[in-house]
Formats: sequence, structure tokens, C-alpha cells
Amino acid sequence: MIPSLSAASGRSPRRAVLYPSSFLAPAFAVLAVFFFLPTVFNFVYAFTDWSAFHDDIRPVGLANVKAVLSNGALLSSLRITIVYAVLVAIMQTGFGLGLALLLERDTRINRFARVVFFIPVLMSALAVGYTFQALLKPDGPLNGLLGALIGQQVTIPWLGSTTWTVVTVAFVNSWKWMGLAMVIFLAGLKTIPADVLEAARIDGAGRWRTFRSIRFPLIAPAVTFNVATALLGSFNGFDTILATTGGGPAQQTEVLDIYIFRVYGNGLFAQATTMSLALLLLVALLAFPVIGYLRKRERVL
Amino acid sequence: MRNSARAWSRLVHPAVVIVLAAVVIGIPLWLALVTSAKSQGEANLPDLSLPRVWHLWDNYSQAFSQGHMLWALFGSLLVMVPSVAGVLIFGSLASWVLARRTGRVMAVLYSAAISGIILPPAVVTIVLLLRQLHLASTPTGMVLVYMGMYMSLVIFFVTGFVRTIPVEVEEAARMDGARPLGIFIKVVLPLLRPVIATATILICLYIWNDVFYAFFVLGGGTYSTLPLNLYSVASSNLYQNNWNLVFAYVVLMSLPLIVVFVVAQRRIISGITGGAVK
Repeated sequence: MIPSLSAASGRSPRRAVLYPSSFLAPAFAVLAVFFFLPTVFNFVYAFTDWSAFHDDIRPVGLANVKAVLSNGALLSSLRITIVYAVLVAIMQTGFGLGLALLLERDTRINRFARVVFFIPVLMSALAVGYTFQALLKPDGPLNGLLGALIGQQVTIPWLGSTTWTVVTVAFVNSWKWMGLAMVIFLAGLKTIPADVLEAARIDGAGRWRTFRSIRFPLIAPAVTFNVATALLGSFNGFDTILATTGGGPAQQTEVLDIYIFRVYGNGLFAQATTMSLALLLLVALLAFPVIGYLRKRERVL
Repeated sequence: MRNSARAWSRLVHPAVVIVLAAVVIGIPLWLALVTSAKSQGEANLPDLSLPRVWHLWDNYSQAFSQGHMLWALFGSLLVMVPSVAGVLIFGSLASWVLARRTGRVMAVLYSAAISGIILPPAVVTIVLLLRQLHLASTPTGMVLVYMGMYMSLVIFFVTGFVRTIPVEVEEAARMDGARPLGIFIKVVLPLLRPVIATATILICLYIWNDVFYAFFVLGGGTYSTLPLNLYSVASSNLYQNNWNLVFAYVVLMSLPLIVVFVVAQRRIISGITGGAVK
């Protein structure tokens, strides 16, 4: 008779035989070389003069950090990245939740609409960005439609305002991804037991009350998932912005990845690395507390 | 009260849904579609009207040849298929061990393995590393970079899933004398299907549409991908104002995925949510 395996301690040599450490090797080799090693390099090459203009790479201390600080690029990119990510997280989660609630019942029209709202998720963000670039031109179709509605000419520069364009671009990115948020919320809503909702109805709770007190708390894991993926995804925001504004106007939508792309294209590799390091630190500083907070809220509820 | 509730669910609600879908999704897609069939002059300022003269075939064949679509399609598949297969095989093998063994070392390894979900890849120094390994601008380098990027996601999803599978299902096979690799392939892997479906769909979407990392790794080389070529077609738009070609490319590039989705939508949607929300 073989002794019960589940009773055996995880650290016993028996476990190491049943689940060999060698199975970890390929995954961790790939991670070590192609993920962690470049990350370590980030901390080294941000402090060198690595560029396209000469072959040797020499340490220069904090010169790159000083450069991106003094020309304002670092702080402005950091600020825009955070604003953009927060806007996307709010809009994407909000749109997704609204759509899920609207399309929750399993009717034929709702099933069809779910498919329609999911189409942008499948499209490349570049394709979405170019479509909106055309749609949002000052003399483009959206202003044309608005003009027809209110009966006078509309020429809102949706992508030309140094203040509001970041909101427009965040909207476009949320438009692209709201279908995914919707699908995740729909799955979350499905897990709510029918008898809980029935009990609330018998207790006389209206639609809004049921949503506030029962349904919303019960889909907390879906909220966490959506907010976290939207935040993390848009700290790395690139494609949508590249295709709508390219970082403009006047670099007011230039998030870190756009800056990295532009400066790298100019051959200033070390400065691009410095910004890549800034992105890494930003995410490490912000993402962990945010996810921790969302998790804790989930457990309280 | 009763009647108004019924009117809402029978008439108002479907009308709201249809109008919303038509305006929010329909208009942008319609714009891309009609512009892709216009002449260059007519597409100069894109609008929602139907083409006066249809240039559908001209535009699509020009986008196809000028955008080197076949070559880009080949490049996209060449990097996506091995990346997804590799990251799923290596990732789930490691996840099985990480889920079944406990102790401090495993906990540390697991945390390290999933840190890549949050931490952004060091895209600039990846290029430097690939140059040193003589993998810059090669599909091999691209595959390895994607595997490094998405390994964390796979390990996070699969480890969580394995923990919900009772150990007992492995024990029967073990008593028949199966070795660990045999147990993994014959017993564990088939049970992982839902979570592997989730990871496959998400990672395919990310890689298929990626332009940022592809630009750094493949940029300037022989190989290209569909989004990279869309970017170069659209960048020449700056000088030539060829919106018709940009949108022809957009439609051609998006259509295959949309068709696959519409055909298999039930399986894809349940696949995405199957592993994502507990």
C-alpha cells in the first residue's frame, strides 16, 4: 500500500521526485534570459552613452537622467502616462459594465450586439486608431454628424487640443477594449445565484438598490480584473496613440512608450533606456499597491 | 407599472441596443469600409457617403501588393505560432510543478515567474541583448522575446487552475507506473484545456496585433508582420494622403479574425472567461 500522497509534506523529497525540478528549467531559462536579463540591463545602460552614433558604450553617471529631467520630457511623459492610464481604466471599466448590464439577458438581439461590441477587440489597435483619426478630423464625419444634429457647423478639434486630446485618445482605446471588459463582466454577473436576487426582490429592493447592494459587490473580482488589466495595459499604451496623434499635439499625448519609440528612432538608445527604466519603476511603484487595494476590497465584501 | 416594464423589455430595450450598436460600432466600421472602396481623390477627406465610383478591387489589390501582405501574413504566423506553442508548453509544464510543490523556494520562484504580468518588458535593452546573441531582426529572437513576455501570464493562469485539480486524478496513473512526464501529458494536460484555451486566445490577440515590440525586434530586418506593414503603409499616408489604401489594408487585415470570431464566437467568449474569472 502506498502512503497517502496528499498527506506528505510539500518539501519532502518524494514531491521532488513526483514533480521534478527539471520541468521548471525551460520556462525559467526563457524568463531569465529574455525577461529578467534585459530588465537588469535597464539599470545598467540607462547610465551609459549608448547611442547609434558611436560603437563604444561608456558610463556617464546620471547624465541621461539629468537630460530628460531638464528638458521636461521625464515628468511630462510620466504625468501623461498616469493620466492616460487612469482615464482608460475608468472609461473601459465603466463602458464594459454598462454594456454588460444592458446586454445581460439572453435574447437574440443581445447576443448579436455582444458580437458587434466585441469586434473592436479583435482589430489591431493601429487599425482602430487610423479609423478614429479619420473620423475625428475637424472637418471629418463626427463633426459633420453633430453639425447636422444641431443645425450649425461644428469644428471641434478632437485630436488637436493640447488639453483634451489625451481624453479623446483614452476614449478611443477604451472603445477598442470595452468589449473584453463587457465579456468579463457578463461572466461575473452569471455567477450571481438567482435565489439571492429573488430574495432581494421579495424584500422590496428596486433595480438600483439590487445593483448597488448585491450585484456590484458580487462582481468585485471582475472589477479587479478589468481595472488592473486596463491600468497595466495602458501604462504600456502605444498603438492607439501612435495611430491617432503620434504623441501630439505639442507632445501632449506623448506617453512613455511613445517617447521611447521616438527617441530610439533618433538613435539615442541610452535616453530611451532611461525612460524604459522610469516606466518600470512607475509600474512597480503604482501597480502593486493598486492591485493590493482592489484585492483587499474584494475580501471585505 | 407592469405594462411599462413589458414595453421596456419588448420594444424600448431592443431599440436602444440596436441604435447604440449602430452608432458606437457601426459608424467607425462603416467609415473604414466605404473609404476603402473610394478613389484616392474621394478618400482624401474621409466621410460616411458611399463611393461615387467604386475602386474596391483596385484599392484592395494595391494594398495587398504594396503592403506586401502575403509576406507580412507569413511573418505574423511565423512568429505567433511558435511563440504561443512554446510559451504554453513550457509554461504549463512549470506551472504543474509550481502548483504541486510547496515550500519557500517554490513560493519565491512563483512570485518571480508571475512578476512579468505587472512589470513591463525592458524593450530597449532587449534589442541590445538580441544583438549580442546574434538574434536581432530574426523571427527566432522575436519568438523568444514574446515567450519571455507572456510566460508570466501562462504561469499565473495555469498554476491557479492546476491547484483546483485534485491530486487524486494523478495517483491512478502513478500506480500504473507512469513517469512524471507521462502523467503530465496523459492526465494533466487534457484537464488544462479550458485555461489553455483562455491563454491561447488572449496571447494570440496580443501577438497578432502587436506593433511596439515587433518594431524594436524585427524593425529594419527582412521579416515583417501585418501591423508593422500597416504602419509603413499609413506612414506613407503622410506624404500621399492615400486613406483608401490604409483602410483597404485595415479591412483586409481585420477580416480574417472577425470571420473566425463570428463563426466560433461562443467557444471564444467562453474560452476567454473560462480561465479569467474564478
